[in-house]
Amino acid sequence: MARAATTADAFNAVAEPRRRQILDVLARGERPVGDLVEELGLAQPQVSKHLRVLREVGAVVVRSDGRRRLYRLNGEVLKPIHDWVKGYEQFWSERFEQLDVVLEELKDKEQGDG
Amino acid sequence: MAEMTSSGSAQVTLPTDEQILITREFDAPKHLVYRAWTTPELVERWWSGRRGRVTSAEIDLRVGGQWRYVMEASEGFEVAFHGEFREIVPGERLVNTEVYEMPGADPLPPEDEPVNTITFTETDGRTTLSCLMQCPSKELRDMIIESGMEAGMQESMDLLEEVAVSLR
Repeated sequence: MARAATTADAFNAVAEPRRRQILDVLARGERPVGDLVEELGLAQPQVSKHLRVLREVGAVVVRSDGRRRLYRLNGEVLKPIHDWVKGYEQFWSERFEQLDVVLEELKDKEQGDG
Repeated sequence: MAEMTSSGSAQVTLPTDEQILITREFDAPKHLVYRAWTTPELVERWWSGRRGRVTSAEIDLRVGGQWRYVMEASEGFEVAFHGEFREIVPGERLVNTEVYEMPGADPLPPEDEPVNTITFTETDGRTTLSCLMQCPSKELRDMIIESGMEAGMQESMDLLEEVAVSLR
């Protein structure tokens, strides 16, 4: 997949570990910024900065609920990243399936010897 | 192969820009997973996955020792990787470099070689294997992932072909 090396790119937006942590928290449900501050142990300005980057690429969307602003994950934007890694993951899954076969034999052999 | 996937698929995550983390649980104690990972005759049986066959696996399992695996892909071309063991804690942990032998390319300077840390953790007779690949750059890390993507697409094509043939 061709990728632009700009910050306005979901790949780059999620490359930052703190931003991935935010996405992990939001994956469990919609949250106000205060919850994120608490869960991540970061200062609010830092969390807000990360949220802004995530919003710019569309990975996170915000809505107002009275005086609160609630953030939630927008999975659609993250799908290309998932797809990108998936081929590689598939390759390892195949290797490991073969390794499972080898391990079953080693276990049988060991039990036979014992 | 459904009966063989009881342990689930590999989990691939990208902890930092230069890393790839692969984890998988196996229904076997860790000394056996370690043996399957480090014994040439056994590596020959799993390393190519379903994408070809391993034609050579050499492992000199000592610090400073070399390893080299060669596979012949189903499409006929050869794929080779090699590296050096940096750290060995038998049954627990391995640290080794892993270099793809790109046809026609100059060898990487040693400081640019990706380094893998493989750990084997056993719980209730099951083993979690984790392989953390530390790459020298995001570019190389991304290339490694994309190589898998191409392979994945190749496999999809193969499956498509199977389906197509079955419809004849």
